[in-house]
Amino acid sequence: MCLAVPMKVVSIDNETAIAEVDGVKREASLMMLNEEVNVGDYVLIHAGFAISRLDEAEALETISLMRECLELGQETL
Amino acid sequence: MINLEEFRSRDLVKGLAAKIRELTAGRTDTMTFMEVCGTHTMSIYQYGIRSLLPPQVRLISGPGCPVCVTPIGYVDHSVAFARLPGTIITTFGDMLRVPGSTSSLMQERARGADVRIVYSPLDAVNLAEKNPDKKVIFLGVGFETTAPAIAGSIIIAAARGLENFFVLTAHKTIPIPMQVLSSDPELGIDGYICPAHVSAIIGANAYRFLAEEHGIPCVATGFEPADVMHGVEMLVRQIVEGRSDVEIQYSRFVTWEGNVKAQAVLRDVFTPVDSAWRGIGVIPQSGLEIADKYAAFDAAKVIPVEVEEPREAKGCQCGEVLKGKVAPFDCPLFGGVCTPETPVGACMVSSEGSCAAAYKYGQ
Repeated sequence: MCLAVPMKVVSIDNETAIAEVDGVKREASLMMLNEEVNVGDYVLIHAGFAISRLDEAEALETISLMRECLELGQETL
Repeated sequence: MINLEEFRSRDLVKGLAAKIRELTAGRTDTMTFMEVCGTHTMSIYQYGIRSLLPPQVRLISGPGCPVCVTPIGYVDHSVAFARLPGTIITTFGDMLRVPGSTSSLMQERARGADVRIVYSPLDAVNLAEKNPDKKVIFLGVGFETTAPAIAGSIIIAAARGLENFFVLTAHKTIPIPMQVLSSDPELGIDGYICPAHVSAIIGANAYRFLAEEHGIPCVATGFEPADVMHGVEMLVRQIVEGRSDVEIQYSRFVTWEGNVKAQAVLRDVFTPVDSAWRGIGVIPQSGLEIADKYAAFDAAKVIPVEVEEPREAKGCQCGEVLKGKVAPFDCPLFGGVCTPETPVGACMVSSEGSCAAAYKYGQ
């Protein structure tokens, strides 16, 4: 139930955005979003409301932290 | 440019699992980590996370499935509403088949009640606007991720002057129950895999009291398989280093402060109240009730109806499963009389329930 889906914003009209993932488009209210959002941003959408905007720098940082263990995985499995 | 698919990378999962084995090598103690979000429960089963972990790391499921922790009396209340003429019940899908004391919404629908699944509470608001002669009741069940959407829909219904939109609330908040569970010596929780999207709303600061006052490591963790493995690795590292901190693994969507706008909406529309959790009992200040200002939207207050005496199903271990004390496979009803097709308890109904996940993916 608490599963929100990261979707890419394709258009914005006042407080409502259209966002898309895997070809599925959804309308989402922006009234609950804290941050400014632009077309092309990823937002987390839950039950018709955008609740958080993706921090792309943080996402890349997490991936690079995870990659530090890559070699270890290849050695042991 | 970020590719979010990468958080499902098999290689990343394997690498992190190897790191966890390296960190725990030679240790004789067992670390028990609890997840308190149903989507984590599903993810852990679906991706076989447990099978990749060393024996020193034990994952247990907590009360993370909102439908499952909702007392049976709430289901009975919604069934009673469904039987009222001129009423449309609107709900997220997983509530439909949850057994009440003698009936379910699914059974009521088969008998002619108007029960509809919606994607968003805003759909219910629109339905109320199109059907002014009907009472439209939305079943507000869920944690802090879902509660703002229901709060938002109440604000929108108020702004549109709707007098036929109502919410039957059973919203719950997770941090205080986490503290209650972590003080249970029988469970022996060494750390929490904190929810992903709840944390996006409440912020990681909400877990500080657990780490700082109760010494329980907390990591706000994403739902993808590499996220879960990374969250476990961060918890293991804290134990190995003798720390109890709050950390954010899911930093691409979770901040320390959380979504302050959503928090303000929650404070405006809801009031914290003591709340009954199935299997656990009443936990102080762990539920959300519609504030007096919006009382006209509170179905429980403004629509009188007689609700039957609650009766729990015999033999169902759902309550113990929710506390992490009984694994789904250890319940005598599991897979025999209780299956997703013929569920006895709520844990077997919702896709987020531990029993439903265990039945579907096995372990």
